[in-house]
Amino acid sequence: MRIAPKHTERAAVAIMWILASVMMGVLVFIIAYVLAHGLPHVTWTFLTASPESMGREGGILPMIVGTLWIIGLAVALAAPIGVATAVYLTEYTREGRLTDVIRFGSDCLAGIPSIIFGLFGLVLFGIMLGLGFSIISGALTVALMVLPTIIRTSEEAIRAVPRAYRDVSYGLGSTRWQMVTRVVLKSALPGIATGIVLAIGRTISETAALMFTAGSALGMPHSIFDSSRTLALHFYILALEGISMSKAYATAAVLVLAILVINLSAYALMRRFVARVV
Amino acid sequence: MTAPTTMIMRAMAAVRHGLRRENLIAAGLLVLALSAISGLALIAAFIFKEGVPIILKIGVGRFIFSSDWHPLEGEFGIFPMIVGSLWVTVGAMVIAVVFGLGCAVLLTQFCPKQLVSIIKPSIELLAGIPSVVYGFIGVVILVPFIRDWLGGPGLSVLASSIVLGVMTLPTVTSISVDALQAVPLPYREGSIALGATQWQTTHMVVLKAARSGIVAAVILGMGRAIGETMAVIMVAGNTLDLPHSILDPVRTLTSNIALEMGYAAGDHQKALFATGVTLFVIIMILNTIALLVSRRRGARARNR
Repeated sequence: MRIAPKHTERAAVAIMWILASVMMGVLVFIIAYVLAHGLPHVTWTFLTASPESMGREGGILPMIVGTLWIIGLAVALAAPIGVATAVYLTEYTREGRLTDVIRFGSDCLAGIPSIIFGLFGLVLFGIMLGLGFSIISGALTVALMVLPTIIRTSEEAIRAVPRAYRDVSYGLGSTRWQMVTRVVLKSALPGIATGIVLAIGRTISETAALMFTAGSALGMPHSIFDSSRTLALHFYILALEGISMSKAYATAAVLVLAILVINLSAYALMRRFVARVV
Repeated sequence: MTAPTTMIMRAMAAVRHGLRRENLIAAGLLVLALSAISGLALIAAFIFKEGVPIILKIGVGRFIFSSDWHPLEGEFGIFPMIVGSLWVTVGAMVIAVVFGLGCAVLLTQFCPKQLVSIIKPSIELLAGIPSVVYGFIGVVILVPFIRDWLGGPGLSVLASSIVLGVMTLPTVTSISVDALQAVPLPYREGSIALGATQWQTTHMVVLKAARSGIVAAVILGMGRAIGETMAVIMVAGNTLDLPHSILDPVRTLTSNIALEMGYAAGDHQKALFATGVTLFVIIMILNTIALLVSRRRGARARNR
């Protein structure tokens, strides 16, 4: 007996809804679990004190500062290069072998595991350039890691700018560079910002690449040449070595909250961009 | 008499000057645009420089196919880790493909718009959660569950596959969504007009047309799973034995590097870089396949 196509369809759609619900359930569970166990331990002192006895007591201020330094430096390096690459690909050249090579490089770089970035950063920045375990080594490594994200999102944002904008700008007698900087980049800005926000999110989550480049010093970093443990690595060490579960949960809660805020702002930016351009 | 000529000459000079400036800008942008590919080349150069000599010293065959990893005795064989990475990745892909493809088809073909705007950002959020948090949830929830209900030590291929499956699901979903959305509307309309139901259209027409994009999604997801480090360290158990069932603990290529790099020196450290070389080669092969597959799709779309 053949099953009527109508019934097959109903069954297939039902199965897909179940799959999607399970996935949503997992997401909600992870966030709720971490926040429920961690938020009660997140106090003002936890956020503003230095850790004591390996993190068993005290807070996470040096890790927050170190993470912010790495984010700031990495974005300051990767954003201009990424946007310039996107501008070159979209406005300054025709599709050809060269653009293929540039895109291939960017796509492959996006697929390289973070542990490989960590090894690379350790050898080049840590040992060869003599930067050792430091914020700057970590930031340089992560900048290379997030570069493809920024290139891709900027390129999409620039492509979404209507052609008419460019034509009008040329019609008013502007040069290509004036057209790019004053018209195209201006209207693509929210899209580019989305890419930068996503890059910040990746930096916060990153552990393996920073373990061997930024190091795991617990103290407050005083310059970019000091080693500094990031939040994610601090959480990993606390949890894996069983130093303090309550501090580990609290750190995880801070991490998850940061990611939530970042993703929501990326989403809001994207909506604004879509509303403006389309 | 001379005024118009000077003006023209001035204008021409200005244009020449502008052109020169434009050329300079174009050259500068090109240099910056080459930084991604140069970065990739640098990474390859450094990892290979550190890792390849020791592989040659040991012998490629012995390095890859020997199961003896005893750094103190100078024996470096990574076969168990290759097998470990393979098991874990295959397991993760089963989960990521079933869930990821299901979600992608649902989102593009059957889901009301309002729900898409909830589910899609949620999937992106899933991609944003730090891998250490995934690993930790794996340790506190999944590992005890497997130990109590299925047996074994809990830290296992199964636990790693589930954690990695959830982690790579966003990659598989979002690339599949792109592939499904790229299928031209007339394909769907044609099929519906012939009397096919929505589901028949989906699995007979849309999924077939998006096949290469979906293959690329799965391959890129595999790359993610093989390359993931921190979460796997936490739930895989990291033993050096070959696994015999999905409940056995394993060590992957990535965790081997991350676990021992902190204290390794000399040949041991070089052998860890050699592990990195193996990983790098696997990832580049996967990336290239994914790019070729999706480029073929691009070429076909242009021919239409």
